[in-house]
Amino acid sequence: MEKSKRNKRYNAYVESVTPKTGTWHSLWNALWVGGLTCMIAQGIGDIYYALFPHLGKDLIVNFTSMTIIALAILFTGFGFFDVIARKGGAGSFLPITGFANAMASASMEFKTEGLIMGTSVKMFTVVGPVIVNGIVWSAVAGMINVLITGGI
Amino acid sequence: MSFKTLHRGENCSFSPRQTTIAGKIPYTQRQTIIFDNPPHIIGRMSVVGTKEGKGPIGRYFHRVLDDDKMGEKTFENAEIKMLTSAIDGAVYNSGLRPSEIDLIISGDLLNQVTTSNYVARNYHVPYLGVYSACSTMTEALDLASTFISAGKFKNVLCSTASHFATAERTYRYPLEYGCQRPPYAQWTVTGAACTVLSANGNGPRITMGTVGKVVDFGTTDLNNMGAAMAPAAMDSMLALFKETGAEPCDFDLIITGDLGKLGSDILRDLMTEQGYYLGQRYIDCGNMMYDVSQNCYQGGSGAACSATIFNSFVLDKIFDGTYNRVAYFATGALMSTQSCYQGETIPCISHAVVIER
Repeated sequence: MEKSKRNKRYNAYVESVTPKTGTWHSLWNALWVGGLTCMIAQGIGDIYYALFPHLGKDLIVNFTSMTIIALAILFTGFGFFDVIARKGGAGSFLPITGFANAMASASMEFKTEGLIMGTSVKMFTVVGPVIVNGIVWSAVAGMINVLITGGI
Repeated sequence: MSFKTLHRGENCSFSPRQTTIAGKIPYTQRQTIIFDNPPHIIGRMSVVGTKEGKGPIGRYFHRVLDDDKMGEKTFENAEIKMLTSAIDGAVYNSGLRPSEIDLIISGDLLNQVTTSNYVARNYHVPYLGVYSACSTMTEALDLASTFISAGKFKNVLCSTASHFATAERTYRYPLEYGCQRPPYAQWTVTGAACTVLSANGNGPRITMGTVGKVVDFGTTDLNNMGAAMAPAAMDSMLALFKETGAEPCDFDLIITGDLGKLGSDILRDLMTEQGYYLGQRYIDCGNMMYDVSQNCYQGGSGAACSATIFNSFVLDKIFDGTYNRVAYFATGALMSTQSCYQGETIPCISHAVVIER
């Protein structure tokens, strides 16, 4: 009893002296890094559209995403994606670039344990939760959709 | 806090040989060992990575690497090479032959103390692998001093290593993964350090050692190591001060391992609350390892953090006579990633040694 009281008091004290992340500062950084990423992606998409107008909008969108993923992986390999991410926070990991970086960094990191036991096994250590939750919650959303609309 | 508590023990006359308090309390409650035959520090070596070499005390280190991978294929191998370099350098510095070393006590941060085990493979010397997170160095020094003081071994080698890249993999995320650290996080030091203790010699002596207790104040944040470890440092400091009757002003320097800026501020507060004013004579190795511009948040951490600074800067100053009596408290957080994800709090420990010229 005495101990939990002491711990509570100590943790309240620690909370009061621990420096906080500046919310507005982080929001601003996330906004401009994320916004810039999306603007560059839009620019690449526009260039593709100007060069190959016969491909159609859907295909252009796919090609643009692939280009951005490739760029993110390339940046990870050269070792400056984490520098951008430290600044941008959610602005860098929420777009598709974050997913690419998480997979690429894990596969690079565990390359030393070999292609099977290292890269293949550990590739999804960071992005695993994203995939699992993506599948589970989209399934749940599909069920709700069926229940409400009758599957139309 | 009154003015009186701030100036407690201003007139100090303290010598460990005359202390009687430690002898009076029951043996089972005693944490502090006063060594009958204090071992001498006869050799030392510190090796650090590039980033540490650019820090405020970079010029004191014996060897600064220009490549954190040391030309090896993996960072684990680099850590092994780094520790080997530190051990070889310390043995050379001590003037002993490698065959004259009786025992190696070594530890590091990796699972199963891998680095130390693989390093010990290359020396045909009895070996003890120890793990006490970032307080490994003082645990090794305590053990070695006990062995030497009891006359069981003559020349004992204490060493430790940590590497930013391998520690990140063991405790956090892949290196290139873009994640944001909170402003109270710390940076694992890349480095290795080794001290050679001997029953004979003229170097500074280790006169006392305090074996820490595991202390847990209910902190759960894996990033806020300083706040988790500060109570452990306080516990060992109080044990040393109370059992020997010493005051902070009896020491020329009191150093803690890797509390960082936040943790060392918390420790100052905690000690003031207990009636001990640490003041200017207290420094924290994590706090002084990096420059503010190096973006390391609260400072350095890791087993090598305090070990490298102790073996370079602090011992330099003891050898040249700037400091005569130094208390060295290294602090360690004894959690694993599993225990933290399972919602457990972080238990911490702090071992201490007192070095006298």
